[in-house]
Amino acid sequence: MSEGIAQPDQRVENEGGTRDLFSKFDDIIHTRETLLATGVEDPYNLVMEKVLSPTRAICNGRDTILLGTYNYMGMTFDPDVLDAGKQALADFGSGTTGSRVLNGTYQGHKECEDALKEFYNMDSAMVFSTGYQANLGIISTIAGKGDYVVLDIDSHASIYDGCAMGNAEIVPFRHNDIEAMEKRLRRIPEDAGKLVILEGVYSMLGDVAPLKEMVAIAKKYGAMVLVDEAHSMGFIGENGRGVCEEQGVIDDVDFIIGTFSKSVGTVGGFCVSNHPKFDIMRLVCRPYVFTASLPPSVVATAATSIRKLMHGSNKRAHLWENSKVLHKGLVDLGFEIGTDEPQSAIIAVIMPDLQRGAMMWEALLKEGLYVNLARPPATPANMTLLRCSLCAEHSAEEVQTILQMFDRAGKAVGILAS
Amino acid sequence: MTEAEVDTRIRALIEPFNKKGVEIKDSTTFQNDLEFDSLTVMDFVAEIEDEFDIIISMNQQAEIENYGQLVSAVHKLQANS
Repeated sequence: MSEGIAQPDQRVENEGGTRDLFSKFDDIIHTRETLLATGVEDPYNLVMEKVLSPTRAICNGRDTILLGTYNYMGMTFDPDVLDAGKQALADFGSGTTGSRVLNGTYQGHKECEDALKEFYNMDSAMVFSTGYQANLGIISTIAGKGDYVVLDIDSHASIYDGCAMGNAEIVPFRHNDIEAMEKRLRRIPEDAGKLVILEGVYSMLGDVAPLKEMVAIAKKYGAMVLVDEAHSMGFIGENGRGVCEEQGVIDDVDFIIGTFSKSVGTVGGFCVSNHPKFDIMRLVCRPYVFTASLPPSVVATAATSIRKLMHGSNKRAHLWENSKVLHKGLVDLGFEIGTDEPQSAIIAVIMPDLQRGAMMWEALLKEGLYVNLARPPATPANMTLLRCSLCAEHSAEEVQTILQMFDRAGKAVGILAS
Repeated sequence: MTEAEVDTRIRALIEPFNKKGVEIKDSTTFQNDLEFDSLTVMDFVAEIEDEFDIIISMNQQAEIENYGQLVSAVHKLQANS
């Protein structure tokens, strides 16, 4: 499920302290204190003192291989990308200090949108200040009161927040369940506005959606379709357009939402579409209008990176290789993985429980490996996961080193038999 | 379908989810009395939706805290569908 929902299902009574507006967080505080009391390093308070490359950093004082940064295509230190950013910083200054619809649209923002239109071969592109705002803005604006949003239960927090902000009726279906999705679409009043929201890759387990079947069904019931390709852009599909491209349904999808904070290697969000009226979004979408636009250096790095990703097929091939080797290696070591086959650049290692997951996370960090610790209730089926996201810049040797680290840490913590 | 018939059907559906055998009254709450977590809620709601061929959106679910409210909401929804 989404990373942003952070309330445990069971309430914990907290003694002491005055009741005030913060009392509602007592159960989260309790869970956190209990975990930290076991002596593990705080998994949510890591500081990277130095970043050496897309795959290495000094974390809490240790030289660390990064395996949990979503930096799939390793563009963060690309020389052309850095040059473009420096040039824009020098030429256009450090920030726009304004909304896209007032003084915040520079040449760089238009160039970034042009790069997106070319990348996706679509008519319109709109750049937001973050990926979160792209989902929040588009969903809340197009699906209003009385409209229905049919979405996968494991959708990202930004999708749920967009639905809530727009006041649409939210109708979730079981993760990746085609039949459950169709049943819900069939029951919605025929004349109601309908939006189906899917993700190309779901970030918790790294599994892909059956978009081919789902998009066809959505169209059969007259629904518009929005696909979030945050974790697939740049990597999946012949031209890196994502799972929509890979499964041959990109022309039937009404909106693709994505982010610059993963494969593109900076920050920002976007929506591309062929809808003839799409441009009106620039005036009616509040998370687009009522915030400052991205700094000139950010859109310059994004545009350069997006154009380079169009020609990234060699990197894509190497990333697939990394994903396959890591997946097979972890299975061979005896770990349980979220998917039977590698489906994306995310490999989710299932931990027996939160405490041993946190111990394993810490053991890996001490080995010099950073992965994401994902815990209930943010995870599906209340699993504790060590989420690994690979990078095209991880060398084949690094992947082997990573596997040796998992082997040693797994035995030390007792998850693997020694 | 009368509200009593809706009640009978939901009582049968709730059985496998009522792991602790809590006595079901109108005032029985899903979160506190039955201790349903979010996954259980999803599965339970899906069972009801299929049984009555209705949709209970998350917005509507947020208004339903106890068993009596559920029966009454489902009775209204299936009458309209």
